Amino acid sequence: MSALLELKGVEARYGPVQALRGVTLEVPEGSIVAVLGANGAGKTTALRAVSGTVRRTGEILFAGKPLRGGPESVAKAGIAHVPEGRGTFTELSVLENLKLGAYTRRDRDLTSDMARMAEYFPWISERGGQRAGTLSGGEQQMLALARALMGRPRLLMLDEPSLGLAPMIVREIFRIVRELNEKNGLTVLVVEQDARIALDVAASAYVLEVGRVVVSGPSSEMREDEAVRRSYLGY
Amino acid sequence: MADFVQQVVSGLASGGVYGSLALALVLIHRATGVINFAQGEMATFSTYILWTLTANHGWSYWPAFVVTLLVSFAGGIGIHELVIRPVERGSVLRIVIVTIGLLLLINGAMTWIWTGEVRYVQGPFPTRTIDIGGVAISLQDIGTIAVSIGTVGLLWLFFQFTRVGLAMRAAAVNPAEARLVGVRVTWMLGLGWGLAAVLGAVSGMLTAPSTILDPSMMQVVLIYAFAAAVLGGIDSPVGAVVGGLLIGVGLNLLGAYVDFIGSSLQLPAALAIILVVLMVRPAGIFGRREVKKV
Repeated sequence: MSALLELKGVEARYGPVQALRGVTLEVPEGSIVAVLGANGAGKTTALRAVSGTVRRTGEILFAGKPLRGGPESVAKAGIAHVPEGRGTFTELSVLENLKLGAYTRRDRDLTSDMARMAEYFPWISERGGQRAGTLSGGEQQMLALARALMGRPRLLMLDEPSLGLAPMIVREIFRIVRELNEKNGLTVLVVEQDARIALDVAASAYVLEVGRVVVSGPSSEMREDEAVRRSYLGY
Repeated sequence: MADFVQQVVSGLASGGVYGSLALALVLIHRATGVINFAQGEMATFSTYILWTLTANHGWSYWPAFVVTLLVSFAGGIGIHELVIRPVERGSVLRIVIVTIGLLLLINGAMTWIWTGEVRYVQGPFPTRTIDIGGVAISLQDIGTIAVSIGTVGLLWLFFQFTRVGLAMRAAAVNPAEARLVGVRVTWMLGLGWGLAAVLGAVSGMLTAPSTILDPSMMQVVLIYAFAAAVLGGIDSPVGAVVGGLLIGVGLNLLGAYVDFIGSSLQLPAALAIILVVLMVRPAGIFGRREVKKV
């Protein structure tokens, strides 16, 4: 498997605070990769470095080519970023949110994609006209996921999809992510604090600590390694 | 009764004009977070373009109207690109000061190009009246209502049913998120300025036939438009139009039936409306109250 996304020595800072200190990681095409770590470890910044919403140095390659420009160009290149905290347009309707997800696509025929989303999330078809802000937290997270998929991305980046959601809903979201990966070969880079559930779906994982990769490897090995689990994953 | 209906219809005609200009203010406020104080002068400038085409170059009204809209659209985008964009990320105060500077600049430019001499713009609608159920209604009023409401309606369709319209709304409500789905937010803001300039041009061109064209023509109209936007809710496009119609009809009725107001106290009445709305219901009729979490 070749790498769809590669980060080489990526650094980023917010003012005086250095959030990433030379992060190198690889997301093979067709796989799910998790980025784990405590609060403030730089997980979110790693995704933001990829999507161009934070200034960074170092090299990022997407499908072998250097990734450049702001978030608009990154979205157009085929990377969908679902930010932390849902990331929907709360004042717009469910349907409008989905349409916006397909904004960068050249073909404008969304019927088959809409039908596919309604298969994954049956409630969407009945509530297309509802304002996104009036949905429950879980529904908003699902809508954010569906919106990202509407763009038919080559790489899906999810930031803390479990945040503030009931365990049942978290399992449902990760089940769908896994299904998308297995059935459609969707490549996923997921940032999670809940290491247990992330390691369940991911093929490999990286653990960040104060902006550096401290451990990485296949998920199975990470799960088995008690020392890693204790000191970095907290379970 | 007939007189009352007449007053209402002519109030709706002025209200349509206030509503169009108020909508221009709302569009820019939603996207940029500021009131564009130059909106009135921009509208007057557009009207001068119409006057030049019709009076100086002998164009007939409607082709000149369309060309004026196109020029205004380009001008609005140009103003955003050259003057607003450099300060867009700065504080609200900075942008406001720039729009006030723009007001002075455009006003001066108009005096320089066209002199301060008063001009007359021939309207496209006949000034005679028609009889509807025993009430004499001026055709000019009906035409003004039709054009302003038609423009607003077209704009609504654009925002509601086109891809770019949706992207513009997304950019206005959540710019960071819009960029993540690939919307070029800066372009959308420029487009917003272009559309606001078009709305302003419509209101200016509809105002001109019933008054005289000079560089300060729209200054009073802008105050009524402020009142309309504040009354309807400064972030609500629907509110701007409804507010405009309410202000138009309300002031017209006050002027006609409340002796001491007459035509000379209409402007203070509009200012009083702004003041009262801001005290009693700052979000306006259609605005959502801003909830600030501490």
